[in-house]
Parts: sequence; structure tokens; C-alpha cells
Amino acid sequence: MIVAKNITKSFSRLKALDEMSVTFSKGECIALLGPNGCGKTTLIKTILGMVVPDSGTIEFDHEPIAGQWLYRNRIGYMPQIGRYPENMTIANVFEMMKDIRKGSCKQLDEDLMESFELKALMHKKMHTLSGGTRQKVSACLSFLFNPDVLILDEPTAGLDPVSSEKLKEKIIMQKEKGKLILITSHVLSELDDLVTEVFYMQDGKRVFSKKILELKEETGEERLSKAVAKMMVLSNEQKHDKSYTF
Amino acid sequence: MKKIYKYVLLDIIQNKIVLIYTFLLLVISFSVFTLESNSAKGLLSLLNIILIIVPLICIIFSTIYIYNSSEFIELLVGQPVKRKSIWLSLFGGLASSLSLAFFVGVGIPILLYHADSTGIMMIAMGLFLTVIFVSIAMFAAGIIRDKAKGIGLSILLWLYFSLIFDAMVLFLLFQFQDYPLERVMVFFSFLNPIDLGRIQILLQMDISALMGYTGAIFREFFGNSLGIMISFAGLFVWVLFPLLLSLKKFKKKDL
Repeated sequence: MIVAKNITKSFSRLKALDEMSVTFSKGECIALLGPNGCGKTTLIKTILGMVVPDSGTIEFDHEPIAGQWLYRNRIGYMPQIGRYPENMTIANVFEMMKDIRKGSCKQLDEDLMESFELKALMHKKMHTLSGGTRQKVSACLSFLFNPDVLILDEPTAGLDPVSSEKLKEKIIMQKEKGKLILITSHVLSELDDLVTEVFYMQDGKRVFSKKILELKEETGEERLSKAVAKMMVLSNEQKHDKSYTF
Repeated sequence: MKKIYKYVLLDIIQNKIVLIYTFLLLVISFSVFTLESNSAKGLLSLLNIILIIVPLICIIFSTIYIYNSSEFIELLVGQPVKRKSIWLSLFGGLASSLSLAFFVGVGIPILLYHADSTGIMMIAMGLFLTVIFVSIAMFAAGIIRDKAKGIGLSILLWLYFSLIFDAMVLFLLFQFQDYPLERVMVFFSFLNPIDLGRIQILLQMDISALMGYTGAIFREFFGNSLGIMISFAGLFVWVLFPLLLSLKKFKKKDL
């Protein structure tokens, strides 16, 4: 569904993405993992067209996305830090988004709005909201239009345990509907029962990408966090081995 | 495009600064016309206000507004919206609201007190300068990421167009006073929209005779309808050029 070929993006001297090629297909739930500043958010933003890559192409459903905008009708994006016009109320923001995306879907999905009890806060201005409430608004907006692709950048950061559990349930429901879901998170334990695949990157390059079952089999670990840690040790050893033979 | 324009306009109206600006212009124009016994004199005082204050307020307000809309822009760029329509809606919202403010604040008093060709030319030039300086603000805010630097650049640009450029032209004139520079001056005036506006208004006022030989050349070039058309075309270029440059930059911007 989403195919990126050799995308490179540098911010002045820093190479955020280095000849990155990825393929994400329908029905997958992918965890994008990696240390801070390894280019996860940049990768997401290039897919959304918010960051324009220096070279390489990205295709959405076999159509190159450069200069396109209609494909975004099918994406719901939850940013890491949701920034909204400060003097709008939550209701204003929702109305505006509904107005702008009119026709992109017939059935609005307002489940999250109800389970987060946002209705009571609708009249509040965005600048008065706490970080967690902002996250809730972002989450609701990303699910609102029933998109085929969900891109969630640190979805549970800043949410209280109850809300983050609700959000997880919602993500699992969407996964079962066969949507493509991309999640970045640092809290690996949260991803355990969510993801079907792990995509690990470092310094703008892919280190490995594996189905979660394979990963658990190879490392012999049940928990995702331990499996990833072991995998990292393994790939580091390989690197060292290579350098020794060299 | 229309939808985004609507939200930008709504936001600017809520902002109140434009309302205060309108009110300020109204107070200035009415006081100028009521203080002077002769409305033509009033028009002349108004000329300086139009040429200095209008560009300053337009460029500063627009630059700050664009930087403050960064959240709005960021929110929309991830949505199924063309980048072009986001940027042009911002421009449209700013240009139309500030033009309306100018028309209400200066245009209506002029039409009430001095509705002849000079007055109408003055309104046209004020509107042009409003839109041009919004466009220059888009350029400044488009090429610079940092807010403080961007506002600094727009202040510098305003200073350049209203003071430094004229000083440079004057300097050139004195350096090369032995040469006939009158025709070159016509060319120079196209490099500065404020000068272009000033010349058009002064020619309408029939005081170009005070400007000596240069004034006569200006009269010859700009005085007829062809000259007016050429200078309007020049002003149009001043609207489009910074805007298109900033649009090109914005299409590639990382958010």
C-alpha cells in the first residue's frame, strides 16, 4: 500500500533518512522502533508529505505522492506533539476538520470521543488544555474519518493508563478491520499485543524488519522488549564480527 | 481553497487588530480633512500617511500573523489539502481584510470629501500598496524559519522601500549630476512600489511642475493612459513576484 524507494533526507548536516526503502501493506500493524533521533518521525512525515525528501519516491497505492494531496483522505495522522490553533475551541477544531475533509468518508467514527469523554470539554480553548487532553484530541481526529491507514506517532505518550488502554483497544479493533497501522513508541511493553511486525531503524537506516512471530522464534523471547533487545545485541555482534574479519 | 480562506478570514476578524487599524485610519483621515480648510491640502497630508503607515502596518501585521498561524498550517498540511491553497488562502485572507480596512478607513473619507480623480488614484494606490506589502510579508515569512529574524527582515524591507531606496537614488543623482539621468529615473521608480504610487498620486495632483525637468519627464511617461497602465502593470508584478517566490518555497518546506 505504501512503498518508499531510496528516500534520503538531510537536515543541514544531519542525515535523517539515508537511502531508506520500505514497503507497508494492508492489514499490517507495524511498530517503528529505534533510538531518539533515528528518523522515525521524519519517515512518517515524508509519507504524509509534510517533509519533502531530497531524493527517492514514495508511492501510495501505486501512485507517486509528490505534489499530491488527495491520498491523505485515506490517512489518519496522530502527531507526536499536536499543535492546534490556540484560540480555537475543541469544537471549532473538530468542525473545521469535518468541514475540510467533507466527503472523505460517510460514517464518522466518534467512538473515541465518547470513551475519552471529550464532549464535556468541547467549549474549552486549545491553549487551556493539558498535554494529555491534547493527545486525546489528536487521537480522536486521527480516527474520526475511518481512514484506511493510521499513522500514530507516540500515541500513548502523555495519556493516563485508563485512556491509553482505551486507545489500545481502539487500535486493535481497527487492526482487525484490516487497516494498515503504523505506530512509533518507546514503550515496547505496550506494543506487545498490538503489532504484527517490527521495523527497527537507526541513523536513518533500517537495521531489521521482521514479523513478530519470527522475531520471537529467533530470539526465543516471549516479550517484545526483550526480543528487540536481544536482536540489537545480535546485530551489533554481527557488525563487530565483520569489522574483525576486515 | 474556499473553506480554508473562510477560516483564515474568520480568525483575522476575531483578532481585532484589523478593526483597531481601521478605526485608527478613520480617525486620521477625518481629522486631516476637518482640520484643513482646503480638502486638497488634506489629501496631501493623507498622502504621506498612506505611503508610510499603510505599508508598515501591513507588512508587520502580516508577517506576525503568518508566524502565528504555524500551528494552523501544520495541522492542515497533514490533511487532504493542497499546500498551494493553504498559502494562497493565507494571502487572500490577509490581503482582503487589510484592503477592506484601508477602504473603510481611508477610502470612504476621501470619497466623502474629495471624490475626484486624485482621490480615486489615491485609494487605488493605497489598495495596491496594501496587497503588495502583504505579498512581501509572505516572502519574508516564507524564506525565514525563525520568527524574530523574519520580523526583523520585514522591518528592514519596509525601511528599504520607504527610506533607504530613496536615499540611494538621491545619492546616485548627486554623484552623476553631470549626466542626463531623467529617463533612468523612470526606470528606477519601477524598482520601488512606494515610489511608483507616489509618482502617480503627485501627477494627479498637478504639482509635478514643482519637480523640475524630472517632473516633466515623469509627466510625459506616466501622464497618459498608457503610462498609467504600465505603472499598474508594474504594481501587479510587485504583487505577484514575492507571492509566487514564497509559494515556490512553501511547497518544498518541511513542517
